[in-house]
Amino acid sequence: MTMLLLEDLNVHYGAIHALRGVSVSVEQGRVVTLIGANGAGKSTILRAVSGMIRPSGGRIMFEGKSLSGQPPHQILRLGLAHVPEGRGIFANLTVDENLELGAYQRSDPEGVRRDREKVYELFPRVKERLKQAAGTLSGGEQQMLAIGRALLARPRLLLLDEPSLGLAPQLVQTIFRIIREINAQGTTILLVEQNANMALAVAHHAYVLEVGAIRMHGPAADLAKSDEVRKAYLGHG
Amino acid sequence: MNAALQTFFETLINGLAVGSLYALVALGYTMVYGILKFINFAHSDIVVLGAWIAFVLARSLGYATPDAAAPWYAGLLILLVAMTACGAIGYAVERLAYKPLRGAPRLNVLITAIGVSLFLQNTGQLSFLFGASPQRMPSLLPDTPLLTVFGARVSLVDVVGAGTAVLLMVGLEYLIFHTKLGRAMRAVSYNTSVASLMGVNVNAVISFTFVVGSALAAAAGFLYSMKYVGIKQPADAGWVMLGLKAFVAAVVGGIGNIRGAMIGGVMIGLLEFFGAAYVSTQYRDVYVFALLILVLLFRPAGLFGRATVEKV
Ligand SMILES: Nc1ncnc2c1ncn2[C@@H]1O[C@H](COP(=O)(O)OP(=O)(O)OP(=O)(O)O)[C@@H](O)[C@H]1O
Ligand SMILES: [Mg+2]
Repeated sequence: MTMLLLEDLNVHYGAIHALRGVSVSVEQGRVVTLIGANGAGKSTILRAVSGMIRPSGGRIMFEGKSLSGQPPHQILRLGLAHVPEGRGIFANLTVDENLELGAYQRSDPEGVRRDREKVYELFPRVKERLKQAAGTLSGGEQQMLAIGRALLARPRLLLLDEPSLGLAPQLVQTIFRIIREINAQGTTILLVEQNANMALAVAHHAYVLEVGAIRMHGPAADLAKSDEVRKAYLGHG
Repeated sequence: MNAALQTFFETLINGLAVGSLYALVALGYTMVYGILKFINFAHSDIVVLGAWIAFVLARSLGYATPDAAAPWYAGLLILLVAMTACGAIGYAVERLAYKPLRGAPRLNVLITAIGVSLFLQNTGQLSFLFGASPQRMPSLLPDTPLLTVFGARVSLVDVVGAGTAVLLMVGLEYLIFHTKLGRAMRAVSYNTSVASLMGVNVNAVISFTFVVGSALAAAAGFLYSMKYVGIKQPADAGWVMLGLKAFVAAVVGGIGNIRGAMIGGVMIGLLEFFGAAYVSTQYRDVYVFALLILVLLFRPAGLFGRATVEKV
């Protein structure tokens, strides 16, 4: 079943035409990745889906419902959470308060408590730092907090924008292992990455974005073997 | 020796009493700046409207003659009505003047704020509203000295004024740092778009911020006019100074910083009164603005700045 469907999506930032007729579909239960160079428009796609920016044309359908014109807080309510580029941690709030905000719309304290336990299992480091100001966490810990916080909204679809950016190689491994685990527990994932190697390794399906348009797409394993992708994104000459 | 102590305590009491009112007004500047990143120039006019609404109410309740005895709850009732009315005005100002400019360049919003300020000042002077002639706030409280500290008299008005201000600030502190709504306000202030990704209805939070800031401004206006009973037109120098000093308090405390605005207000009040008592009365306003210049020179983010640690 198609969970998220983008059809002929166009986005303008003033005079800049950032997305030029992008179509993407995300099947339920999958990890789908968007790879592409700096400025290709990857983050713009996620921002349009979560309602942070308004597309100038095209359709965005989530579980058969149109997201057009809906503000972010209503889109979240439909079951779609977005971990933005740069993690979006509230640095002056404590780790605990950041997690509370993740569950802002929920009114089932029992369920939230149980989901918190799950988040602590995935990210034990986060649990040890609950009372600390989130700005004092290391980059890796902040990324974990950002993902854990998004999970507390109980999304059916999770949008992740470059979760591995700026992390030490070992932490990158950990983050991708966790992405697999979250997916295995039933959450569909749309993953934006510049680390194409890792992204193609965890994803089922992949899209390659170039200057605002989809260049190619297909099963991640196939793209990882294609000469073009290997040359441009995987560092194989 | 005794006279020296008396002067000291008199100055302290006056400084604290007025400083707590500066703090109330400063909170409105700082909360709006924290969320929308602009100086709401119309805020000081809300203060004046609060005083006028309180005055009209007191008059219509029959307390306008200087010696009409008011029951203890009259002041409380007037306070609450003025706060509610100004909260509604603050809501309307945001909804009608600022919300359509969301996302517009900041200069546009700033100029609009000046326009709103002029609009409120001049509308208030219409004869069927408050009129253009100065009025006196009836003394709703008997001018009794409550106690004497080393010869310095603590009057009921000071205690009630500062006490109300402190109560309101304790309430605000609780709201902002210990409730879910306050957490959402701090999140919106830190990063509006990420707050919306958490499911916070940003527009509702902004409206609420204006309501709370304006209600506090109304309280300050009412309490200030009880202490300095002449209530004048909105553009009168006394009100302009109150607004300016509160603004200085917000900047000194670190604009956008709630606790900074409270401490800044009290600091400004103390500085003004101690400067006036021990150096020269003529320069009482100069001390305040000299402090502003010093802070801007040496700690532009304010004494208590904003924590902005970001890790890559
Ligand atoms: N707020 C903005 N205003 C103007 N142009 C923007 C804005 N945000 C993005 N752009 C432009 O839109 C294009 C796509 O940007 P986007 O952030 O989506 O790229 P990206 O693929 O996520 O890049 P990166 O890998 O660097 O994060 C770029 O050319 C960028 O300069
Ligand atoms: Mg990006």
